[in-house]
Formats: sequence, C-alpha cells, structure tokens
Amino acid sequence: MPNETIAIVDSGIGNLKSIANMLSRIGVASRLVSRPEEVALATKILLPGVGAFDAGMAALHERGLVDVLNERACVAKVPILGICLGMQLLAEASEEGERQGLGWIPGCSQRFSFPETVPPLRVPHMGWNTVIPSRECVLLTHVPMPRRFYFVHSYHVVCRDPADVLATTSYGIPFVSAVARGNIMGVQFHPEKSHKYGMALLRAFAELA
Amino acid sequence: MWTPRVIPCLLMHKGGLYKTVKFRDARYVGDPINAVRILNEKEVDELLLVDIDATAHGREPHFAQIEDIVGEAFMPVAYSGGVTSVEQMKRLFALGVEKVFTSSAALASPDLVADAAARFGSQSIGVVLDVKRGWGSSRFGLVTHNGRRKAELTAAEAARLMEGRGAGELLVNSVDRDGTMTGYDLEAIRTVTLAVGIPVIALGGAGSLADLARAVREGGASAAAAGSLFVFTGVHRAVLITYPAQAEIERLFGGGCDGA
Repeated sequence: MPNETIAIVDSGIGNLKSIANMLSRIGVASRLVSRPEEVALATKILLPGVGAFDAGMAALHERGLVDVLNERACVAKVPILGICLGMQLLAEASEEGERQGLGWIPGCSQRFSFPETVPPLRVPHMGWNTVIPSRECVLLTHVPMPRRFYFVHSYHVVCRDPADVLATTSYGIPFVSAVARGNIMGVQFHPEKSHKYGMALLRAFAELA
Repeated sequence: MWTPRVIPCLLMHKGGLYKTVKFRDARYVGDPINAVRILNEKEVDELLLVDIDATAHGREPHFAQIEDIVGEAFMPVAYSGGVTSVEQMKRLFALGVEKVFTSSAALASPDLVADAAARFGSQSIGVVLDVKRGWGSSRFGLVTHNGRRKAELTAAEAARLMEGRGAGELLVNSVDRDGTMTGYDLEAIRTVTLAVGIPVIALGGAGSLADLARAVREGGASAAAAGSLFVFTGVHRAVLITYPAQAEIERLFGGGCDGA
C-alpha cells in the first residue's frame, strides 16, 4: 500500500530521530516500533542502525524482533529498507563480528581494504559520494542527478548473488552501496541526512506498492 | 565520486551563535535555528556545532537546544562541547546528532573513547585536538577547556592514542588561527594526518575557498571546516551566512577525488 505509516524499528542503536524528522518533512507518517507485536502489524519497515554489527544483531535479539522480522520480510513480504548498519544486518555475516545476520541477502560485510595499486584511503569512508544504479529500481529512479549521498562506514556488503546489487559507489574500490532482493532493500548511505537526494529516495520507498 | 567535505562550524555561546578570534572576543552572529535553516537551503555537506562554554563552565551539553537545532538539520550534524560520558553521548545520538566529539574528557580519560567506540561504533566518535604552537614539549601542543589548560600530549601523540582507542575521526583546530582568516595551520594539520589513517577535519583560519582546498591537498585533511568564512562577508565582516555551491566545491577540489 502506498503511503501507509512506516514503522521505524527502534532497537536502541539507530539515529531514529533524524529519520522520523525527514519523513515528517516530506509528509510521510511514521512511528517507532520496538516490541514484536508492533512489528508484526507493520506493512512497511525501516531498519536503521549505527554502530557495530554484533551490537546491532544483539539489540534485535534482545528485543525478540528477529522472528517477527523474518515473518514480515520472508512470509508477508512487506517492503523493508535497511539503512547503513541496517543494510549490513540484512546479509549473513560480517567480518566485524561473530554473530549471524538476518541472512536475507546472501553475502557478508567486509572491511574496506585497498589493493596496492591504489593509494590507501582513510577508513571510515566518511562524506558525500555518488551512487551509480546497477539496474532499474524505483528507489533510485526519481533521485536527482548526481545522486549524492552521505556515507559513514568502515564495512561494506559483498553480495554473493550479483542480481542483488542495486547500486555501487567508488571509494578507492567499487563497493555495493545499495541492495534489493524483492521486497528487501538496503542502502549503505544515510538518506535521512542527504538533503533532496535522500528525500527523493525516502519518498519513493513511502510510495512503494 | 567522493568529494572532501566542506563543513560550516557554528559556535554556541550564551544561547546564541558567536564567532571568536583566537578563542576570545566572541561576537554574536545570530540565532542557531535560523542559521541551520539557511544551511539546509544551501545543502551543506555537514554541520559542526561546538558549545564553547560547556567544558569551561563544567556543565553538560544543552540537550534541549541541541534537539531544537538538530530537528531542523537535514545534513549530518557533529556536536562537541561538555561531553564526559557515554550516557550523554547516547542522549545526543537519540536527539539526532550523527557524531559526537570529545576533547578534554577524551584526553583526561582515553578509555571514554574506547567505551564509546565499542558501544556506538568508531564512525560516530571523534576527538577534537585544539592545537597551539609553542605549548607543551613539541611545536604543536594541545590545549583544553576552551584554550585555558595545557594538555600533556603533543598533537601527534594524542592523534595516535585516540585512533588506537577507536576514534573514527579527528578534528584539528588551530587556536592561533581561530577567527583570523589567515589560512589553516597546514603544518599542524599535516602533523596529524601523517600520524593516523582515520579521516581528519581541518579547522581554524580559513579565509578563502582556496584555503579549503589547501587543507585537503597540502594538509591531507578529508574535510575542511570553517567558521568566519561562512558567517562573515566583506572587509567589515558583516554577518551573512554563505556556502559555496556544489559545482564550486567540485571545481575547488579539482573535480573531486577518489579519497584522501
């Protein structure tokens, strides 16, 4: 359903206020959800996250959200958008931690490492960078050129199935900056802090059928 | 294409925005909410908010005011001033701040940085190094408490220590150049950028857009921050908030870079 209330998963690790602020600015209703019974009712879900991979998964487990998120993502197939660490949690694992991820996107997160042929860049990758779509997807279609977004991360998702790659970005090496596998989507950057580019992306997510 | 960040730095003092010269002579430049709205319009890369009173007065951040300011900001916001605990950081992140910088507290207790990085991730934790020439044992000494106290470590030593404890970014601020608009202390910036592999923001002294490019090209900084340059205009330093257009920034940095 387009334009229904977006449920922002609050597991205590994300910068939720910024996301709620921007959704409100573009006229999209949202509410924070932290209990399994609230998530069970969600028909569109944002999964934010900042910080370390294990802390992020631990926070979802502690709140008993993993089973209900699995049900929403894989059975009800409601649109889910992971942001930053939230995108990394969609994958199976991360070099950063020991825990298993949600496992909806085959692949894992790796720390930035640069071949000897490029000068070593500073990590975290912090700042604005352009996002290049790998294929057509409504999430990025209406984002104005040059599709600049704000990034801040040290790890990036490596997809096992190239069909899941929605967009790439270059920071010394090309890396996956957005994924989509059916109803499950993720962006490594922060649309909620990316001015008109982020507004366009979040609006597209809000309008997804 | 990655481009170095250009960051307006707003100083919070007595409830308003002020600009100092060499950490003194604070001059009123306006209302914070109004400034942030203008900076939204100009689509700034990032915003740095510094409460210059908090640590010096031994008080907490003004959470309510920060919430009001950040609620209007659709760009990433970094905050610095008076932060001494991970609990305060948690509150700031919950208000919508992306990155929290500490200075005095981190230098007094580097474990604070380690605890914060473990809890919130390195990418959200930065350390401010207020560098002053001729202080301490090296050419680049450090000061804290809004310039009133001398730290024991040199800038490079502190930079390495903080990176080791998990800081994701450093801000090098030159006390000598603050508000002078005579250019960054490129040597001080280079001293720090050569010491670490994490991003470094340059602050203190930018007087022209060309200075921003120099901080990146010659200083090795990943971002160039400025106060006076973006709040004053003309020889009489009239208050006017400005920010270069994106095309200008790209031209400045030679069509962008693929990293710094």
